[in-house]
Amino acid sequence: MPLNIVSLVSVGRHPQSGRERRAEQDGRAVELGMNLEASQSASMTVLHAGRSVEPVLRNYAGMGLPSLEVLELSEQDDAVPSLAQYLKASDADIVLTGVRAESGESSGMVPYLLAEELGWPLVPRIADIVSINNGVAEILLALPRGQRRSLSVPLPFVASVDNAAPAPRQSAYGPGMRASIDASQVTAVTDSAREQWQEAPAKPRPKRLKVVKAKTAADRFKAATAKPQGKAGKVMKNESAQEQAQEIFNLLLEEKVIK
Amino acid sequence: MFFEWLHPVLIATALALAVIGAVRRANLWRAGQPDQVNLIAGLKAMPKRYLHDLHDVVERDKYMSKTHAATGGGFVLSALLIILVHMLDIDSKILAWALLASSALMFVGAIFVFKRRLNPPSRISKGPWMRLPKSLLAFAGSFFILTLPAAGVLPEGFLLQAGNVLLTVVLTALIIWGMGEMFFGMSWGGPMKHAFAGALHLAFHRRQERFGGGRSTGLKPVDLSVVQEFNPGTSEQQVLGVSKPKDFKWNQLLGFDACVQCGRCEAMCPAFAAGQPLNPKKLIQDMVIGLAGGDDSKYAGSPYPGKEVGNAKGGPEQVITEGLVSAETLWSCTTCRACVEECPMMIEHVDAIVDMRRFLTMEKGDTPNKGAEILDNIIATDNPNGYSPASRTNWAADQNLPLMRDVQQAEVLFWVSDGAFDMRSQRILRSFVKLLKAANVDFAVLGDEELDSGDVARRLGDDAAFQNLAKRNLETLSKYKFSKIVTTDPHAYHCLRNEYQDLGSDALNGVDVLHHTTYLNELVKQGKLKLDSFNGGTVTYHDPCYLGRYNGEYEAPRELLRSLGIQVAEMERSGFRSRCCGGGGGAPITDIPGERRIADMRMEDVNSTGAELVAVGCQQCTAMLEGVVEPRPEVKDIAEILAGQLIEEVH
Repeated sequence: MPLNIVSLVSVGRHPQSGRERRAEQDGRAVELGMNLEASQSASMTVLHAGRSVEPVLRNYAGMGLPSLEVLELSEQDDAVPSLAQYLKASDADIVLTGVRAESGESSGMVPYLLAEELGWPLVPRIADIVSINNGVAEILLALPRGQRRSLSVPLPFVASVDNAAPAPRQSAYGPGMRASIDASQVTAVTDSAREQWQEAPAKPRPKRLKVVKAKTAADRFKAATAKPQGKAGKVMKNESAQEQAQEIFNLLLEEKVIK
Repeated sequence: MFFEWLHPVLIATALALAVIGAVRRANLWRAGQPDQVNLIAGLKAMPKRYLHDLHDVVERDKYMSKTHAATGGGFVLSALLIILVHMLDIDSKILAWALLASSALMFVGAIFVFKRRLNPPSRISKGPWMRLPKSLLAFAGSFFILTLPAAGVLPEGFLLQAGNVLLTVVLTALIIWGMGEMFFGMSWGGPMKHAFAGALHLAFHRRQERFGGGRSTGLKPVDLSVVQEFNPGTSEQQVLGVSKPKDFKWNQLLGFDACVQCGRCEAMCPAFAAGQPLNPKKLIQDMVIGLAGGDDSKYAGSPYPGKEVGNAKGGPEQVITEGLVSAETLWSCTTCRACVEECPMMIEHVDAIVDMRRFLTMEKGDTPNKGAEILDNIIATDNPNGYSPASRTNWAADQNLPLMRDVQQAEVLFWVSDGAFDMRSQRILRSFVKLLKAANVDFAVLGDEELDSGDVARRLGDDAAFQNLAKRNLETLSKYKFSKIVTTDPHAYHCLRNEYQDLGSDALNGVDVLHHTTYLNELVKQGKLKLDSFNGGTVTYHDPCYLGRYNGEYEAPRELLRSLGIQVAEMERSGFRSRCCGGGGGAPITDIPGERRIADMRMEDVNSTGAELVAVGCQQCTAMLEGVVEPRPEVKDIAEILAGQLIEEVH
C-alpha cells in the first residue's frame, strides 16, 4: 500500500512587512512531503484548516501541487478538532507540520495536540526523513549548531519540520493559479479560550548583551561554533528503561514541570 | 536546338520553386501566435526602413555597407531584369544593357564579399556562408555572359553555335548553381534566406516604434488570465511565457529567420566576452532550428562558450529548454541590448530571452541562484532584499524631504528607487537632493508609498510580480499632481517611461519622465546651479544601458560633465556601443558562472583611457564598477560629481 503523507500548511507572515506569505516551516513540510512523494512513490495531501479563499494557498500550490484540501473554518474557529477529525478518517501515515505558525496564536501546540488526539508519536523539529522501510522511518532530528540525531520511528507519526530542513522550492505563478482548491465543510468548534484574549503588538524586550571574553581568534571561533558544554545532566546508555524513566521523572520534579 | 527554351524554363522553374519554398517558410512562421501588425502599412514602410534604419546599422562598417549596396542592389535589379529579358524574352537592347550593368555591379560587389571571406573574422559564420560569395559570382557572371548576345555585344545565337557547346554547358551549370543559391536557397533555408525573411521582418517588426528612433519596450504584459484556459486549437493548457517555439509571436519567428549570422551581436555581447554560456547569434540560430525543426550540427559559427555544438535539437512543438537551449544560456543575458543595437537585421534578442525566462519562472519555478529569494522578497516586501517597507525613507531622516502625502502636489516627483536601501546608492540620492535644494526645485518624494519599479521582477521573468507592483505604483501616482518624475535609477526610468503605459492607467499622462542627468542638465542650462570647474584629472563616462540604448540619452550626461569643464576621455566602447557593467537583467542575482567578470572587463575599458574617475549615471553600474578590486579609478555618479562642485551661497 502506498504511503500517505499529509502536510499541514498555514498562513505565514513576513517578519518585515507583516504581509501574508508562504510560511517558512510549512513550506519545508510541503517540500519534504513532495520529496517523499517522488522517492517513496507516496501519495501526498496538502491540508489547510481555514478559509479556502486565502490567496496564500496559491503560493503553496505554486510549488507544483495539483490540488489542496481545505477544511473550511473561520478566523475564530479552533483548527485542531477539525484537523484531528480529518486525520482520523484518513489513512495518513505521516503528518508533517511546521514547528510553529507565523500568525495567529503561534503557540507551536498544533503538532502536539494532534499527536495526542491521534495517539501517535510526535517527532519534533525534524531535518529530513532519510528512508522508510517496512513501516519504520529513519528520521534526522535537527539539533542546534547543525547537529543531527538519527531516529527510527514506526509509522504512523506526526512530525514538525525545523528550519534546518531543505528550503522549499520556488513557487511558480502559473501552476499556483491552476491548482484546484477543494474546500470541505466541517463542523467548526469555536476557540472559546481565544475569544477572551486581547491581542497587542509585541514590545521588543531588552536583550542581554553577549560578551565574548575570548582573547584570541581561535577562542572566538570556538565560541561561535563549538557545541555548548552542558554543565549538568548525565548520559545514561546502559541503564534499564526503568532507571532511565525514573531519572527523567526526577528531573521533571526537580525542574518543577510536574508537581 | 533545345537551348533556346532551356534558360527561360530553368529560370521559371527556379522562381516557381522559390515561391513554393516561400509559402512553406511563411507557414513555419504562422505556427507562431498572432500579433497585431498592419501588414499593408508595414510593407509600404519597408523600403524606407531598409534604406534608413537598417542601412544606418550596416553603415557602421563602411566596407560592408558599400559591398552590400553593390551586391544587394545589383542582385535585386538583376533578378527583375532577368525575368524580363531571359524569361519573358522581351527583346530590348536597353533592358539587356541595364541587366549587363546590374550584373556587373553585383559581380564587383561579390568580389568584395569574396575578399572579406578570404580571412574572415571569428564572429562570422562559416559553413554554407563560405559558399555564398562564389554563388554570387556564379550568378552575376553567368547572367552577364548570357546577356551579351541580347545586348548585341556577341552575335545572336553565339551560344548556340556547335563549337560553343562546352561553353554553353558550363554557363548553364553556373546559372543553375547561381539560381539555386539566389532563388531556391532564398526560401528553402540557404544563406540568402536573410534577404527574404529580412525584408518581411522590416515590414512586420514586433516593435514598429523602433524605426525612426522611437523608444519602447518589446516586453508586453503577459495576459495572466490565460492560466486557466486551454488553447482552442490544440486543447493544450495555455502557458505563461514561451515554452515552445510556436509560443513566440509569428513575427518574432520571422525575425529569427532574418539572421545573417554576421556575428556583430556576438562581438558586442558582454556575457559572451565573459565566457558565460551565451552567444546571441547561436541563440537566434537555435531559435531557427526550433521553428523549422532539426539540430544544430550544420551550425558553423562560434558556440556558446563552454558548450559544444551538435547537441541541440528542437522543433516548433518541443519545449525549448529541453534539448534546444539550456536555461543557463537564457539566464546569462544582462538585457543590455548591445546585440539588438548592433543587429543589422533589427532582431530583438533580449525580448525573446525574457519571453523564455517568463516560462521558466512563472511555469517552472526555476529561477537560478538567488532568483527565487529575490522574487519572494519583492512580492512580500516590495523591495528585492526583504527590508521592511516602513524603512524605505530611513535614508532621508536628516534630509527633511517633502512627502507627496503631505503636499499633494509638486513640480517634480523624485522617484527614489530601491537605492534607498543601499548605503552606497544613498550617497547618490543625497547628492541629488542637495542639487535639487540648491536649485530651489519644488519637489517631493512618495516616501514609504513608493514600491520597487518591477524592473528586476520583469527581467527575471516574473511578469505577475511586475504587473502587481506597476499597478500599485500607478495607483499611488494617480493620487498626486506633478508634471515631472525624475529618478536617479535608469531601470526605474525605463519602467516608468516605457513599460507602465501598457497597464491601462492615465496616472502618467502628460507627465515627463526624466533621468536625473537630463533634468540636472536642464537646471544647469537655466543657470539654476552654480558650479565650480572640476580639476580632478582625467574623467571618462560609462553609459548605462537602460539610459543609453534603451532611452537614447547619451548627450545630457556628457553636457553636464562639459559644464564642469571636463573633457570626457571616451572609451572605445561608449555611447550606443557602451559595454554593460554586468548588473542588468537580474544577472548579478542569477549569477551564471563565466571565465571573467563583466565588470572587470568594463574597468579594463576604463583603464585604457587613463581616467582617474569614471562618471556613471546609475546606481547599479556604480555598484558593479566599485565591485572591481582596487587599484582602479574612482567611481562616482554624475550627481555626486556635480554636488561636489556646487557653489553654495552663504546666507
